Amino acid sequence: MTADMLSQEISLLLPEILLAGGAMVLLMLGVFMEGERATRLVYTLSILALIGAALLALFGTGGEGTAFGGAFVFDPLAKFSKVAIALVAALTLTLALPYLDMEKLLKIEYPILAILAATGMGMMVSANDLISMYMGIELQSLALYVLAAFNRDSLRASEAGLKYFVLGALSSGLLLYGASLVYGFTGATGFEEIAQAVAAGPTVGLTFGLVFVICGLAFKVSAAPFHMWTPDVYEGAPTPVTAFFATAPKFAAIVLLARILVEPFGGMIDQWRDVVWMIAALSMGVGAFGALTQTNIKRLLAYSSISNMGYALVAVASGSQTGLWALLVFMSLYMVGVVGAFGAVLSMRTKEGMVENISDLAGLAQRNPGLGWSITALMFSIGGLPFMVGFFGKFFVIYSAVQADLIILSVLAVLFSVVSAAYYLRVVKVMWFDSSDIEFVPSAMSIYWVTRMAGLATVLLLPVLGWLVYRAFSVGLATF
Amino acid sequence: MFGEIESLLTVLTFVPTLGALVIAVLRFTTRPENQDITDRNSRAVAFWTTIITFGISCLMLWEFDPSISGFQMIHEVTWLEQIGLGYRMGVDGISVLFVMLTTFLMPICILASGAIKNRVADYMIAFLLLETLMIGVFTALDLVLFYIFFEGGLIPMFIIIGVWGGQNRVYAAFKFFLYTLFGSVLMLVAMIFMFLEAGTTNIITLLDHPFDIDVQNWLWLAFFASFAVKMPMWPVHTWLPDAHVQAPTAGSVILAGVLLKMGGYGFLRFSLPMFPNASDYFAPLVFALSIIAIIYTSLVAFRQTDIKKLIAYSSVAHMGFVTMGLFAMNETGVQGAIFQMISHGFISGALFLCVGVIYDRMHTREIAFYGGLVHRMPVYAAIFALFTMANVGLPGTSGFVGEIMTMVGAYQVSWWIATGAAAGVILSAMYMLTVYRNVVFGEMTNPKLETITDVDMKEAGMLGILAIATLVLGVSSTLVTDVTAASVYNLISNYQAALEAAAAQ
Repeated sequence: MTADMLSQEISLLLPEILLAGGAMVLLMLGVFMEGERATRLVYTLSILALIGAALLALFGTGGEGTAFGGAFVFDPLAKFSKVAIALVAALTLTLALPYLDMEKLLKIEYPILAILAATGMGMMVSANDLISMYMGIELQSLALYVLAAFNRDSLRASEAGLKYFVLGALSSGLLLYGASLVYGFTGATGFEEIAQAVAAGPTVGLTFGLVFVICGLAFKVSAAPFHMWTPDVYEGAPTPVTAFFATAPKFAAIVLLARILVEPFGGMIDQWRDVVWMIAALSMGVGAFGALTQTNIKRLLAYSSISNMGYALVAVASGSQTGLWALLVFMSLYMVGVVGAFGAVLSMRTKEGMVENISDLAGLAQRNPGLGWSITALMFSIGGLPFMVGFFGKFFVIYSAVQADLIILSVLAVLFSVVSAAYYLRVVKVMWFDSSDIEFVPSAMSIYWVTRMAGLATVLLLPVLGWLVYRAFSVGLATF
Repeated sequence: MFGEIESLLTVLTFVPTLGALVIAVLRFTTRPENQDITDRNSRAVAFWTTIITFGISCLMLWEFDPSISGFQMIHEVTWLEQIGLGYRMGVDGISVLFVMLTTFLMPICILASGAIKNRVADYMIAFLLLETLMIGVFTALDLVLFYIFFEGGLIPMFIIIGVWGGQNRVYAAFKFFLYTLFGSVLMLVAMIFMFLEAGTTNIITLLDHPFDIDVQNWLWLAFFASFAVKMPMWPVHTWLPDAHVQAPTAGSVILAGVLLKMGGYGFLRFSLPMFPNASDYFAPLVFALSIIAIIYTSLVAFRQTDIKKLIAYSSVAHMGFVTMGLFAMNETGVQGAIFQMISHGFISGALFLCVGVIYDRMHTREIAFYGGLVHRMPVYAAIFALFTMANVGLPGTSGFVGEIMTMVGAYQVSWWIATGAAAGVILSAMYMLTVYRNVVFGEMTNPKLETITDVDMKEAGMLGILAIATLVLGVSSTLVTDVTAASVYNLISNYQAALEAAAAQ
């Protein structure tokens, strides 16, 4: 390997190198420059590092290609995902700072763990080999386990961290077992080689391994029936961590799942489609019905995320070019809504501290119209109701499913969307129709703006939706 | 004169949004202690916005050429062109009058909201947004755009019922929202299917696209699920009485006046022209449901103790005439159905305003509470009498024209359908005259009514305009039928051609 080739390959990894190197530097910085100012500096630099990684992914890499013997790939799909992941991670970090400050949790480890998790996610969406895939997953998972239990003095947060760790480890085991079966039956770990083996004809062992891989990844995207950890972890973890959980890792995992199913196992679509069909339908159903009785807004958002992952899986199940770009558009629009929704949850602070019950929002539209209107728009957007942008996410997903002749699945999808409309409406109802005298204290600048802007974006993105669709569309073209 | 303004319809649709934005800016920039000034200003902004919108729609009607059967004033903007979605607006003889109905009723609704005292700015924003979405439904020439406007209207209406409604408003708002959403989502899947089948969401192209006869039935059923709920047809009408009773007066007016017409418009725009064979196949079902609706809901209306609920059930019965006329699929029937929808928009709106007048004074809608109002409110009694007669379908009022035309249309299909509908006319006389007698005539036995005052200038003005509209349409029905004639003729000849082509195979 010549130096030229090496620099060419290295340049493909620049975003990850920036993040990993940045994490090390910031760790040193934080340890040696003690004090609150240093901590705040580390936060700021972390956000900048994430934005830098997004910019590098967008402009800085030397074209597209594979690196390290085909273990790592930088293609339009990876590019799109990395930009989305880094930006949303930066956004959730800006949400975290005021919260951690108030809760006396301001420690340098938080942003560094978030950066490391983002590095793992970057690896996941670029994985082109079972081994690099597993490394990416583990890097992000380990960072997330720690983040879940970040508030170590809180019983619930520790429980959430432990639960997440145990179940996450189980899912990693399943995934690893599946990967080893795939390796055993194909004799290769690289995705291209596996694709060749699959093209020669699927075997029972290969199918067996693939199902385990799907199950392992279904844990990561919290798809039913592997969703049990989600409500507890969402509720127990500190709110900004939950906001992070609900966005970037989900995006990375679903993109990884789509890549595995489409690229190496594209030839086995008849085998995996039924599996994905089933978990998609189950997720939408469990998410829709599970959320109906929730009283805690974080648990509600957990079920909402389970059901929305079901919709993402519908796009995956269509296994087509349309399915891929629909997935990307859906996930991007969904993340806009979720970041805003968690910004809203972080705004729910009274003089006594944070509150998390839906009933605490009572009368919000009257007392705090800006926040009330934003949450209203965000709830309708996440619920996929017109005329918010979230509708288009769901529309394209169902479009891809109908195109792939998955009519029953798409009818199920729209019917479950009516059920889930009921609980989004309940949040709106509490804010608009009920009244109470709970007074929220003004929220920090960043939380205030992120919530308002996300709320506005649900409508203002409509005219420029064509641009997003165009980006996702060209990713779909390049991948198939 | 203004023919070169090709974006006239877009302007018309989004002027109310602009008004809503102005109110939103006012709302968010004033301090809480000055909120009453904002409330006053937002009333004025909303009123003038709706007046301007009405002015623009009059301009549209002026520009409209009724001799053309196709779409006019088409405005296209590329949007999401990668997959073939577009922003397309346009009107034809069928939709132009519904736009007029909407813009005509809106200023009245704003004026009728005097009783709203809390959160006026939010209320006005919701109403103006609703107006944009309603006009959009009738002007959209793209499936997805239509769906967005069609469903988007649920959100402001949900808030209007839920925040400013009566005692049981939360239940009514949820029922309204979920019922109509449930109906519509199946239509969404059907729309996507059509999109993939025809490769476009352009309604003009889709109108000429021959859908496979086997597929047509499924598509028709999916659209039917949505429009039947919206209409509403028996047996999926149960959301309507709840929503009507709980909604504030202006909400009821707009619900009965415009939102119910979206179902009928949907049949005219999608089900009949796009799925002619399926429409023909399912026509007996629609007739049966229409006759049941006319007779059954009239009987139910007779037993109501709440005036608003009575008018709501009467609306379901009158919508039965519309579906009956539409699926008769001859010129008289379809023209009559459109006429009936326009006329019902005026009459039911006026009746809800009449209820609003006494509700604002006494805060009850119980029929038993009232009696002998004529002694204290002579002007009110006269106006209410006029609209009672119009609702019964007395010749000389617009109600008569719509009912007789739909019945004549239905008679050409089968005489017993027309007979069933005629029975409904008698029943409507029964319940309307009974309620009128119990509320207005008789002795004034309730001492609380002693101090009730007659209609004031504003109320008399609003009701007077609607009374004039009802009478004018009742005397010269050609005002409506001339506008719709070319488009309806085109619709029916295409329909017959499709049926003959299928029969020839």
